[in-house]
Amino acid sequence: MIPAAFEYSRATSVAEAVDLLRRGGGEAKVLAGGHSLIPLMRLRLAQPTALVDINGVKELDYIRMEEGRVRVGALTRHATVVRSAEVRRHLPLLAEIAGEVGDPQVRSRGTVGGVLAHADSAGDYPTLAVMLDAEIVTDRRRIAARDFFQHLFTTPLAPDELVCEVVFPAAPGPHRYLKFRRRLFDWAIVAAGVQQLDGGWRVGLTNCGPTPVRATAVEAALAQGATPSAASAAAADGLNPSSDLRASSEYRRHLARVLTRRALEQAA
Amino acid sequence: MPHPLTLTVNGTGREDAVEPRLLLVHYLREVCGLTGTHVGCDTSQCGACTVLVDGAPVKSCTMFALQAEGCRITTVEGLAPAGGGLHPLQTAFWEQHGLQCGFCTPGFLMAATALLAENPDPTDEEIGRGLEGNLCRCTGYVNIRRAVRAAAAAMRAGAEPAATAVVGG
Repeated sequence: MIPAAFEYSRATSVAEAVDLLRRGGGEAKVLAGGHSLIPLMRLRLAQPTALVDINGVKELDYIRMEEGRVRVGALTRHATVVRSAEVRRHLPLLAEIAGEVGDPQVRSRGTVGGVLAHADSAGDYPTLAVMLDAEIVTDRRRIAARDFFQHLFTTPLAPDELVCEVVFPAAPGPHRYLKFRRRLFDWAIVAAGVQQLDGGWRVGLTNCGPTPVRATAVEAALAQGATPSAASAAAADGLNPSSDLRASSEYRRHLARVLTRRALEQAA
Repeated sequence: MPHPLTLTVNGTGREDAVEPRLLLVHYLREVCGLTGTHVGCDTSQCGACTVLVDGAPVKSCTMFALQAEGCRITTVEGLAPAGGGLHPLQTAFWEQHGLQCGFCTPGFLMAATALLAENPDPTDEEIGRGLEGNLCRCTGYVNIRRAVRAAAAAMRAGAEPAATAVVGG
């Protein structure tokens, strides 16, 4: 399984990366951690004519705390997020999610920006971004997470646009993210995340549709004093997840309710 | 079109020219002749191709060789001391019977090396989590965990990776 041939270039700055992407004429792809892109290229499901390697764009590798916000550079590796004392203190749910991405080898290479830009419905950071109203910052604009994930693998990014940063609100309160999966390193068949923020609960679901889902009915029920058990009954309302080899649509809806309840019980 | 590649493999500097689509694992096996790094699943799952890139464990089937520009690569051939003998992890895998067919072993050794560098005294659960990216179809993992535990103890007791007794032979 050898990828198709492509032109390779290396960028050392955001401006250079954007310029190289532009020269690729819409056929160039960004190479960051490569842990989604390279497997797709090996299967020839993706055959970009050019790759722009941004691993040398050091200005995108950072974690910064600023005015109640956690800013994570797009090139930050999962392993760096896991080890970050600042993330653990100000947004521990992000560190916990990062620690459950793939396996240690994947966490060495995979990047936060890569997961967001790839927009896989099984990705975990997209759910956190949507439930916390995060912002995705590119080389030219800021996009609210709820507008960023348009469909499966589909975002509003232009072919020459580079994800530079994601900005989360700090949220040190009770939280939990539970993945249901058959193997420890697998993608979640379904996952549920809960986070207390500004006196209320934020609830998100992974892999229950083509984009991350914010379970607003659960949030509203909790705001009116419902127990986790009662509130989580609404977790799958309005959802029609797809069926695949791993789970039927109905089973995914069941998992959404059960994982939401468990996450709320374990977070509180 | 080949691109220049400069990196260090097991302590030796190298300069080569490689095609962009050449994966690191194929570079190591076919250009460097280091066939200890195995191609297992070919789909980024089994971990048989694990090597260290600047000390971090990486599945070398999921990285282009050109991405290793300027990096220090360590393969299983670089574990044992140059003067002969085995690394404490190799000794422990031998003594604790941490392998049967041995195909996955190079990957386990490299993943375990990274694990012990970060956590010199892991619990059984931490060993399991540290090796979750590696699959073994023979052992059931029990002896692998035992071997990592034994190696950790030996290394904490001062067994230097470069001064291990020769086993067998």
